[in-house]
Amino acid sequence: MFKKILIANRGEIACRVIKTARKMGIKTVAVYSDADAQALHVQMADEAVHIGPPPANQSYIVIDKIMDAIRQTGAEAVHPGYGFLSENMKFAEALEKEGVVFIGPPSPSIEAMGDKITSKKIAQEAKVSTVPGYMGLIEDADEAVKISNEIGYPVMIKASAGGGGKGMRIAWNDEEAREGFQSSKNEAANSFGDDRIFIEKFVTQPRHIEIQVLADKHGNAVYLHERECSIQRRNQKVIEEAPSPFLDPETRKAMGEQAVALAKAVGYSSAGTVEFIVDGQKNFYFLEMNTRLQVEHPVTELITGVDLVEQMIRVAAGEKLPFAQSDLKINGWAMESRLYAEDPYRNFLPSIGRLTKYRPPVEGQTKGGGIVRNDTGVYEGGEISMYYDPMIAKLCTWGEDRAHAIEEMRLALDTFEVEGIGHNLPFCSAVMDHPKFCSGDMTTAFIAEEYPEGFEGVTLGEYTLKRVAAAAAAMNRVAEIRRTRISGTLGNHERHVGEDWVVSLQDEEFRVQVSADKSGSTVRFEDGTELRVESDWTPGQSLATLDVSGEPLVLKVGKIPMGFRLRVRGADLKVNVRTPRAHELALLMPIKLPPDTSKFLLCPMPGLVVKISVEEGQEVQEGQALATVEAMKMENILRAEKKGVVKKINAAAGASLKVDDIIMEFE
Amino acid sequence: MRDILQELETRRAKARLGGGERRIESQHKKGKLTARERIELLLDEGSFEEFDMFKSHRCTDFGMEEEHIPGDGVITGWGTVNGRMVYVFSQDFTVFGGSLSETHAEKICKIMDMAMQNGAPVIGMNDSGGARIQEGVASLAGYAEVFQRNIMASGVVPQISLIMGPCAGGAVYSPAMTDFIFMVKDTSYMFVTGPDVVKTVTNEVVTAEELGGASTHTKKSSVADGAYENDVEAIFETRRLIDFLPLSNREKAPVRPFFDDVNRIEDSLDTLVPANPNMPYDMKELIAKIADEGDFFEIQKDYAGNIITGFLRIEGQTVGVVANQPMVLAGCLDIDSSRKAARFVRFCDAFEIPILTLVDVPGFLPGTSQEYGGVIKHGAKLLFAYGEATVPKVTVITRKAYGGAYDVMASKHLRGDFNYAWPSAEIAVMGAKGAVEILYRSELGDADKIAARTKNYEDRFANPFVAAEKGFIDEVIQPRSTRRRVARAFASLRSKKLSNPWKKHDNIPL
Repeated sequence: MFKKILIANRGEIACRVIKTARKMGIKTVAVYSDADAQALHVQMADEAVHIGPPPANQSYIVIDKIMDAIRQTGAEAVHPGYGFLSENMKFAEALEKEGVVFIGPPSPSIEAMGDKITSKKIAQEAKVSTVPGYMGLIEDADEAVKISNEIGYPVMIKASAGGGGKGMRIAWNDEEAREGFQSSKNEAANSFGDDRIFIEKFVTQPRHIEIQVLADKHGNAVYLHERECSIQRRNQKVIEEAPSPFLDPETRKAMGEQAVALAKAVGYSSAGTVEFIVDGQKNFYFLEMNTRLQVEHPVTELITGVDLVEQMIRVAAGEKLPFAQSDLKINGWAMESRLYAEDPYRNFLPSIGRLTKYRPPVEGQTKGGGIVRNDTGVYEGGEISMYYDPMIAKLCTWGEDRAHAIEEMRLALDTFEVEGIGHNLPFCSAVMDHPKFCSGDMTTAFIAEEYPEGFEGVTLGEYTLKRVAAAAAAMNRVAEIRRTRISGTLGNHERHVGEDWVVSLQDEEFRVQVSADKSGSTVRFEDGTELRVESDWTPGQSLATLDVSGEPLVLKVGKIPMGFRLRVRGADLKVNVRTPRAHELALLMPIKLPPDTSKFLLCPMPGLVVKISVEEGQEVQEGQALATVEAMKMENILRAEKKGVVKKINAAAGASLKVDDIIMEFE
Repeated sequence: MRDILQELETRRAKARLGGGERRIESQHKKGKLTARERIELLLDEGSFEEFDMFKSHRCTDFGMEEEHIPGDGVITGWGTVNGRMVYVFSQDFTVFGGSLSETHAEKICKIMDMAMQNGAPVIGMNDSGGARIQEGVASLAGYAEVFQRNIMASGVVPQISLIMGPCAGGAVYSPAMTDFIFMVKDTSYMFVTGPDVVKTVTNEVVTAEELGGASTHTKKSSVADGAYENDVEAIFETRRLIDFLPLSNREKAPVRPFFDDVNRIEDSLDTLVPANPNMPYDMKELIAKIADEGDFFEIQKDYAGNIITGFLRIEGQTVGVVANQPMVLAGCLDIDSSRKAARFVRFCDAFEIPILTLVDVPGFLPGTSQEYGGVIKHGAKLLFAYGEATVPKVTVITRKAYGGAYDVMASKHLRGDFNYAWPSAEIAVMGAKGAVEILYRSELGDADKIAARTKNYEDRFANPFVAAEKGFIDEVIQPRSTRRRVARAFASLRSKKLSNPWKKHDNIPL
């Protein structure tokens, strides 16, 4: 076994690999850029080598720098993680040349699977089901119609050089095929300067389901079942699970066996993933093979009990797989939520900055009999930088079945505290409560279809709302009683905290009576229902773990005048708890519309414009950086207060501005 | 007998109606609460005891003898806020437009005298059209009687003014002399002369809101200390503030039970100061992480953001905090920030509230506008305020403490009790670059030499140890343990005794 390995990556995956290496008694070497000098993976590794400036193309993906780090530290093998150099054949070759082991597949496998057309051909030869289509170039519209008929409608007409939906058409009949061919061709010529077109079967109700494979250097290969990753936003996976709620044992076996066949066909060793697209009738078609460890590998680990990184290292060291296919059973269900530093309320705009708070849920066994696992590369007080992937953490839960895993995920998300930057945690919570997701009825279009207008937060249903109201009333009582315990009160004339309160939240109000005893509070609603709230919450705690009538409720608690800001299940609520009289008087207050944020970006201080980050005519999202102004040698980033379009830019970089000078105007 | 008892209730009911249903409705339509409703919200339920409910004016001119409304446009009395005594007056706009008559003033004076005598804060809720014109000079005399009491009460009992409607002309000077002024957005304004007079005299066309609205006074003039969305919010936040304040200068700041670990370690503070000295960071994060339960009541949030002032609690006890804010103008001192902080420091000192000072200051803001504006004297106010303060003073230097601004910010030399520095502190006359340019002017053409000199200067001075060697810094502390260190420091100062030489009063550079 290796004595020392280098991890040519950063962030959570570097930390993940280090954990397993440590468990195996292998020393680890981290590499880091200037931006990562304080990063967690650097702290966790036994050694760390600095490899250059923040941009990845000057550090993490410069092969020579990694090779230098290897020579410097004497690492015997390299784990590439995912991304960066993980599927770079030249890197694998460079390692081979130096006699350093690449903890991944042999370079010919990377090469074979790295090309879309080659990989599809190999797959076809290995009898792996591929999307029916015509790979050759199509001359004219007549030929397009002929081919479409051979494949069977619906078909997708695609530009060879295409991407991002450009030069792509779906045709359901001859006429549409004819039209689609022509318009795709024109669009492709204009957009890419390459008008080559091909046609393939259009898969309806597509789901993204992938098979994890593992092969050793002795000809053994197994599949570790599937992961479903249909919950994606613009091809970025957000929520993954294993197994898939859609597959039956026969389909699973068929897909698994084909994936293994493909791995064998390319002489694969190490961990790899064969991605399939699956239609509504459970027809599955090969998409591509990822010749590396996947981001979402933990869900597979949770249901199989196999440490994939350990197996990768063992395989790289020449060991045989310690299990056969028949040993690999599916145990329970696992979910993964990818926590991104992307603000869902601002159209998922990346958010960078300091994590003023980062408190993940406790890992390991939960009270509910599940498991929580959190893979991360950050810590409280750390920085989410602009240079790399905005992923904060991968939160995984395991349960006995899907419903249990989802419930554990809901609670884990409620418990996860991340402040200082915008992030998609509320969105993940929203998906966990979405009826379609819960029923397992989803396709890769789930997010686009269910959230066409973007995400605006969750509106809680009556059941949860009442529970939150009861919790707020009970918490408010604790806070009010503490207020009365201040020094200097007028003896015998202290304030008595009453029982009657009005809780207003989400445009609803609940009149409640709160009676407290030693173990908690009973909250009686006007309709006669009673909820029992028990909790050890004290004022100032940002996380309230409560038991409301026998069921857990976890609230993120903030302060607002006359109440709390409570966040739960993707909802972000302003909750007022007032006496009936105060409530009555509050109702007399005028409802104010949010102030019209000016159509100008004004310079907030005298200073020098360092950078204008947008262009005239550009659409900007709320919170997007517009300009950087330097004052007192300090760089201040000015951000958009709301969504809009830049009409005119009045100041250029280098301009010296006074307070309230107009930097730019909006439409 | 029963009739006599009934008579009292009838009279009370009439007095409680103030200017009558129609005017109450009109008050509500403007988005304002009535004087009585405001008192109801401010004080603990059922704790209000009214004085002079039936008091009426003595004016016999301009038909006033025909119009008598019991209470005469102001409701006064006392009650409790979370069980602690306060005196309160609330002007009733429904009665003669809340205008101030001689008797109206007498009612205010009465509770102010009692507040001084019995040691409890005075909360004034202002909603008045101004002087009772029908009374002429008697009304002006009334104002002056109130002014005199504001002055005498200053530093004896906390005085808080809520501006909840018009407050114009001479009327502004009573709130102006109180400790804190809070305004209600959109429904309150304050000015010495109104838009009409302004137009006549200076030809400026300006609305009442622009001239003296909440936004003007919290952002531009700094007359007000805070602005709230509506009456209810303003009153609730005032209750919150009262919980931070001592009842009088005869008492210590209040203590209340706290649910936070005194020894709480905040590892994240170790990475608060960025590696690049020109990168800002948010000082409010440090404040929140030092404070009990992260609770902070900010004073003058919207003005001179380069300095932060406000109240927090440590071990349940009120502490006033003054902190440079690197996010705004790099946290430099200037005219506005010096004035803002000086007034706050003097309030804390007057009422025995310990002061925590968090320092990251690159110096004073240069420029003609500053010099012409008198930054010398304004900066001296803060220096003076810190130097004369005898309350416990704990200072933490997080990063820059350059030049004269280092001296000003509660340095050891100004009788700082505990002066801590983080390892990232740089205590020097100026930044390395500037210093080298002066010290090695002749070498300026040689970039390599200058770089070496700069490095040398940084190594020597860009740390807290030179100051620590001299005893100007008592201890260099780990950022993560700041709360524990600060709490222990204040705990050790609980019975601090320090007094200034007797004098009639000092002569602070006003």
